[in-house]
Amino acid sequence: MLVHLPILQVIVPLMAAPLCLLLTRPRLVWLFTLIVSGLAFLISSLLLQQVMTSGTIIYQLGGWDAPWGIEYRIDQLSALLLLIISGLSTVVLLAAHTSIRKEIPADRYTLFYILYLLSLAGMLGIVATADAFNVFVFLEISSLSAYALIALGKDRRALWASYQYLIMGTIGATFILIGIGLMYQMTGTLNMYDLSQRLPEVEHTRTVFTAFAFVIVGVCLKLALFPLHLWLPNAYAYAPSIVTAFFAATATKVAIYLLIRFTFSVFGLSFSFTALPLQILFLVLGLAGIFAASTSAIYQKNVKHLFAYSSIAQIGYMIVGFSISTATGLMATLLHLFNHALMKSALFLALGAVMYRIGSVQLNQFQGLGRQMPLTMAAIVIGGLSLIGVPLTVGFVSKWYLILASIENGWWPVAVLILLGSLLAIVYVWRIVEVAYFKPPVAGRETINEAPLSFLIPIWILVTANIYFGIDTRLSVQVAQAASQSLFGVSP
Amino acid sequence: MLMGLYNYWVVVVLMMVGFYIVIAHGNLIKKIVGLSIFQTSVFIFYISMAKVDGGTAPILAEGISQYSNPLPHVLILTAIVVGIATTAVGLALAVRIKEAYGSIEEEEIQKKDNLDC
Repeated sequence: MLVHLPILQVIVPLMAAPLCLLLTRPRLVWLFTLIVSGLAFLISSLLLQQVMTSGTIIYQLGGWDAPWGIEYRIDQLSALLLLIISGLSTVVLLAAHTSIRKEIPADRYTLFYILYLLSLAGMLGIVATADAFNVFVFLEISSLSAYALIALGKDRRALWASYQYLIMGTIGATFILIGIGLMYQMTGTLNMYDLSQRLPEVEHTRTVFTAFAFVIVGVCLKLALFPLHLWLPNAYAYAPSIVTAFFAATATKVAIYLLIRFTFSVFGLSFSFTALPLQILFLVLGLAGIFAASTSAIYQKNVKHLFAYSSIAQIGYMIVGFSISTATGLMATLLHLFNHALMKSALFLALGAVMYRIGSVQLNQFQGLGRQMPLTMAAIVIGGLSLIGVPLTVGFVSKWYLILASIENGWWPVAVLILLGSLLAIVYVWRIVEVAYFKPPVAGRETINEAPLSFLIPIWILVTANIYFGIDTRLSVQVAQAASQSLFGVSP
Repeated sequence: MLMGLYNYWVVVVLMMVGFYIVIAHGNLIKKIVGLSIFQTSVFIFYISMAKVDGGTAPILAEGISQYSNPLPHVLILTAIVVGIATTAVGLALAVRIKEAYGSIEEEEIQKKDNLDC
């Protein structure tokens, strides 16, 4: 049983998805989905433990040897991502049953859970597999279900957002497919490890260079790197709250995983950072993303839009860490990936609670909520502090390492710019605090109560995690460090 | 050079035609058609690169020693399914957009959205 964990991680949610159809009662489907997601979380915890003690796990599908058969390879990086995805999916699901009652028509509950599980399976698959073509297939499984999930939003703009995401996402995925095809043409293999062995022989050819460029652009579209981020704000703003909380925590993280996987493990560090001026390119785009998106966030009237722009800015931080291209820089990226998933899922879930109570997340509707929904608003404040990077929250830990990495590299101006970016975060978080705590309640809405427990429990699990991992950084730092060191060890 | 690589020329031309339609056209259905052409060019790329001169289908038979590479063909079967699924989801969204907005022209939808804000 333990030997088969890598495949069970993917196959359990994938097989569970159609089974949802057999369960007709909404509560039953929800419980089933929750159990399946919890099971995936359990598996990923076991995998992480196994990887940390005994190194990379290699699993051959159907017993076929590697270059011919498909191989799943779980190293520290994949194990960390699997844990983030399955863990946050489970916590977010706790609130799903309550949340979707107000946001999705009753006849679509079952479909919602099926799509959710498919999306989860797709993301887990991307991370677990070591086969380049498999990555494309899983990417499309998770993306196609994501388009449908976003289109479930109440507002008609959700449809338009989903359509735009479909166009952009498909172009991105097809670019990755072209890149994989070009790589296969040059090497005759699709296995990532095998590719990394064979690509150096042909790395001076224009074909490999083109393949690299296609893969990088495709992945950057998926991860919403600054000039390619246009699909993200609307998709996050108009999707059902649960979907937003889930995707904000996981979807772009998976794309960043792919970026790291392709540049470090497949093409190799020396090729990746010399073939294209990747370092300077990502540094500039990352910083531009931080400032442009944070500034946009300040001017948003819809709080979901506001945090969606802030997500783009946070992706900027991860990309800056990546562009430093030292072990510390990559570690900062991975830490921020973990921490940002915790912050944004807490924030978007709290917004889901607000949506549940007052049916809107426009900023002017937040008046007086500080007193009416104290626990929910406190969660938003703590999440906001974490976004800014205040000590004792997770945000501080990752920004600390990010600044450390840039100073280590002698990039003083970058460290200063990162701090300036955090100042912008103070502005947009303050706008929410100001409206929620210092303005009287909207007329005719004096009787709003605190959100129900089914919201408060998952929100506060996440908020506690935000503080806990801000103080006790052993787990996150240790895993991130091990992952980044092993990536640098593979390709010195 | 030009003739020897003609399959790549076909791929590149189709790819650019598809990509151009996606970017330049405001009609949602036309965009999806463009997207399909764009994806199809990639299918042709995979299929044509696996063809070996003088090779036949990879079936063991007497007197034949040269086979085309079946792997990219199999891969592209999967990609075709993915492509069809994408087109289906895209068209379904276009139908829903038509119901909700009364239009499938990008400009009009944007205009109505701006009114909502």
